[in-house]
Amino acid sequence: MSVFDRFKPRSTAVVARERLQILLSHERVARGQSDLIALLREEILVAVAKHVIIERDKIQISMERGESVSSLEINIEIPHSPDMPMAAGF
Amino acid sequence: MAKVIVVTSGKGGVGKTTTTAALGAALAQTGQKVAVVDFDVGLRNLDLVMGAERRVVFDIVNVIQGVAKLTQALIRDKRLETLWLLPASQTRDKDSLTENGVASIIREMRAKFDWVICDSPAGIERGATLAMRFADAAVVVTNPEISSVRDSDRIIGMLDSKTEKAERGQRIEKHILITRFDSQRATRGEMLNIDDVINILSTPLLGIVPESEEVLQASNVGCPVTLNNPTCAPARAYYDAAARLRGEDVPMNIPSDRKGLLDKLFGRRAA
Repeated sequence: MSVFDRFKPRSTAVVARERLQILLSHERVARGQSDLIALLREEILVAVAKHVIIERDKIQISMERGESVSSLEINIEIPHSPDMPMAAGF
Repeated sequence: MAKVIVVTSGKGGVGKTTTTAALGAALAQTGQKVAVVDFDVGLRNLDLVMGAERRVVFDIVNVIQGVAKLTQALIRDKRLETLWLLPASQTRDKDSLTENGVASIIREMRAKFDWVICDSPAGIERGATLAMRFADAAVVVTNPEISSVRDSDRIIGMLDSKTEKAERGQRIEKHILITRFDSQRATRGEMLNIDDVINILSTPLLGIVPESEEVLQASNVGCPVTLNNPTCAPARAYYDAAARLRGEDVPMNIPSDRKGLLDKLFGRRAA
């Protein structure tokens, strides 16, 4: 690298490469996670369904990805039935 | 038994149809039987690029719906007798393609041809997923430009999860074909270079097709670029890529039409 190189602006191709590398590293993780959400959703449904009757559309799962921590939010509407103790929050 | 190849990209306008026609013609010139199949239902264009737009009678949707037999819908190329085209439908929507219908067409074509090349529509919806669904190998057409590379990465993820081969736990063979490459701009740092693209996508390279006026000239007249001007730079790049698909070991280079001083003096073709 010549001493003059440090005065040259960074080439746009280098900027493009760096932006892509950062973006794709995030998108690849997100792709994996969306499968994880689907898996968790199914397994949680099965587990809950063992104890109460729930409707498929009464369950909501969302996931947020932060810098170091991600959160999984699960919301299940459990109907009260007379022969079952009051369902506690999940 | 044919090898089924999908030409895909995610992004539109990167050169899928040009590539399908050019590779199809290059493979057919070796005497092997080749079918190129347009999966872009509603926006067909492979017929135009192949110069067969006035000969379309039946299309892939007619075959799926049982209106026509596959042999009635296939159009034989006027220049190469081992090259055939199965056009897409222009009037239907992409939901006219069904998984079972496509499966049965591909099964029938495997028995009849040596190569079946599926031209995928842009996007990641039904037409694109069905075009890749039964492929043995994929050619991911990528421009050295960020949005194209990002979409290629997404498509590579789909090839590894949504194809029949992937679901059976087998590996689908994947290749990157870089098109519209400009060596001079890459050297000046104005364009992603080949190594950048290959490293980012971590997928092997099938070829490098330079940006060239020849591609538009060929599509203007409805002729695959490999037949329209076989010695031009993009045609040579496609011939090399076709040879690599056939398993030949061809050294990787970037063909150019620019002539050096020696070439001008002796009238040689630029290598």
